[in-house]
Amino acid sequence: MANDRTASGSEPLVALYRMMVLIRRTEEQLARAHQMGLVPGPCHTYVGEEAIATGVCANLRADDVVFSTHRGHGHALAKGVSPRAVAAELMGKATGCSQGRGGSMHLFAPEIGLMGTSGIVGPSILQGAGAGYSFKLLGSDQVSVAFFGDGAVSNGAFHEGLNMAAIWDLPVIFVCEDNMYATEVAFRDATRVQDVAQRVRASYDMAAVRVDGNDVLAVRQAAEEAVARARSGDGPSLIDCKTYRTRPHAEGMRDGGYRTAEEMAAWKQRDPIAAHAAWLIEAGHASAADLEAIEAEATTTVNDAIEFARSSPFPDPATAADFIFSAGA
Amino acid sequence: MREITYTEAAREALAEQMAVDPSIFVVGEGIGERGGNFNTTLGLYEKYGPMRLRDTPIVERGFVGLCAGAAMTGSRPVVDFMFIDFILDSMGELLNQISKIQYMSSGRIKMPIVLRGCIGIGGAAATHHSGSYYPLFVHIPGFRVATPSNPYDAKGLLKTALTGDDPVLFLEHKLLLNRRGPVPEAEYALPFGQAAVIREGSDATVVALAVMAPKVLDVCDELAKDRLDIEVIDPRTLAPLDMATILESVGKTGRLLIADETFGPCGIGAEISAQVMEQGFDDLDAPIARLNGVHTPTPYSPSLESAIIPDNAAIEKAIRDLVAE
Repeated sequence: MANDRTASGSEPLVALYRMMVLIRRTEEQLARAHQMGLVPGPCHTYVGEEAIATGVCANLRADDVVFSTHRGHGHALAKGVSPRAVAAELMGKATGCSQGRGGSMHLFAPEIGLMGTSGIVGPSILQGAGAGYSFKLLGSDQVSVAFFGDGAVSNGAFHEGLNMAAIWDLPVIFVCEDNMYATEVAFRDATRVQDVAQRVRASYDMAAVRVDGNDVLAVRQAAEEAVARARSGDGPSLIDCKTYRTRPHAEGMRDGGYRTAEEMAAWKQRDPIAAHAAWLIEAGHASAADLEAIEAEATTTVNDAIEFARSSPFPDPATAADFIFSAGA
Repeated sequence: MREITYTEAAREALAEQMAVDPSIFVVGEGIGERGGNFNTTLGLYEKYGPMRLRDTPIVERGFVGLCAGAAMTGSRPVVDFMFIDFILDSMGELLNQISKIQYMSSGRIKMPIVLRGCIGIGGAAATHHSGSYYPLFVHIPGFRVATPSNPYDAKGLLKTALTGDDPVLFLEHKLLLNRRGPVPEAEYALPFGQAAVIREGSDATVVALAVMAPKVLDVCDELAKDRLDIEVIDPRTLAPLDMATILESVGKTGRLLIADETFGPCGIGAEISAQVMEQGFDDLDAPIARLNGVHTPTPYSPSLESAIIPDNAAIEKAIRDLVAE
């Protein structure tokens, strides 16, 4: 892609766009694959929330670790898992990132720091804190990121995990993706304090900021500060990202009754990808043609991923009980 | 050979491994400067400090989940629950995470974590401090479960737990903690899945778990005076369970009793019994018998507490009945 017009220093900003588009295209194609019956299990998409994983993971090294949620495709992709490995895992194939053991909710790529997405709300917070404990104990400057939704904030794991991370100064970044609904229960009905950052500052004396989760630059800036704090030994942080998922909780689920069409339409107007595209062009970091090229590239990549997944073999049934214990045990 | 207590033996295993493996850390309530309610970590805080002997808030779910994350990223946590009853607050982290991470990650993430605590009925501890719960963990794929019955086994099995890469429940019966026994000065480890024939005999086989092992041995000494020659097996680990040793013994004696202080329904005795019927039915000269604690929460009052655990008289009757079949 020729980028003569792009000023020096633009590439990291354009890369944010590239990653968000890759996540969006992957999710759209996975949703389609689900509709076609190619995904045998559930599929929770990240559409609308791409700026958060993108902005946070842009600050991470390959040896930093991420603990994620049931809505974790975006975290996996942003941490560097290939669309091929994600798509193949959702289709239950041997080439998937969990070799067909996990599906949408159990994506693993520990070799690049994706320590698992999870079907249970809360453990990502505790495990993220635990990785921080490891790094501190072992004298490493790695950092740990725990992603979770507003649905985890009233769970005991949140209180216990943030409290331990605070009292022991663990190098952890807690990222709350407040998309306003825990499945279909509104956050406003689940807490008296929807400002998670305020709660965290007051309860745990932890650095905490509230940001527009649909503004990739705002997320990236907050994460940059939090990662620097963790890496330099100054303890944990929380980033409270306000966002919205524009597809149902899971593909194929009825999406009415708990939110209005007006609300959804309003949030679609705040699309993080469109907003960043407009900013990139206005600030002179990219042209419309540049961005179109990026979109075309993402489409090609994701089409290839879907085709790869479709043509990959299913795992050998004889291996169904492999990996329960460590090798040689 | 020198004799030390069960607790001293286990602590020696921990101290030896902490000295050679800086990734080991212990979490629990009062395991830091205090050295543990049961002296499990006595003297270690002075050597290793708070990062490796971490006193925690009372948040069992929290610190078990935290230790899962630590085990996934290069550390080797030891969770010291004090009373194992407290583990129940962390069941989701155990059954949904710790036991499944190796599988879900197709073997790329290890889960070297030791979950230890005292089990069993005794001392009027009442029902929140008297549970054993090991059948729950044996039922779930992904756990190793050790129930040592003497100081030698306690040290050897904890050494193996601290050098393996799997989650291990290390369960110490509270009535065994201060019992003394021979433990060599030289380092050693005992493999999991290897039962011990702790008494040889030919008239019947008794599989005796945890605290039942010394009790059954005492009873068998008495029965020997009546020329009853009983073989006693201590499985030492319940997962993996060494069925080969049990089957071999049943092949010799033709009679089997499983003595276990914990509950009968869906318990270890039920499992052993089923496996013997599947694999050793033709060797049996009598129906398999089980001796268990009463299926009830644990009462406080000594008169009630002693009524729910199999005492020596009950063990003797069960063995005599089995031999008379």
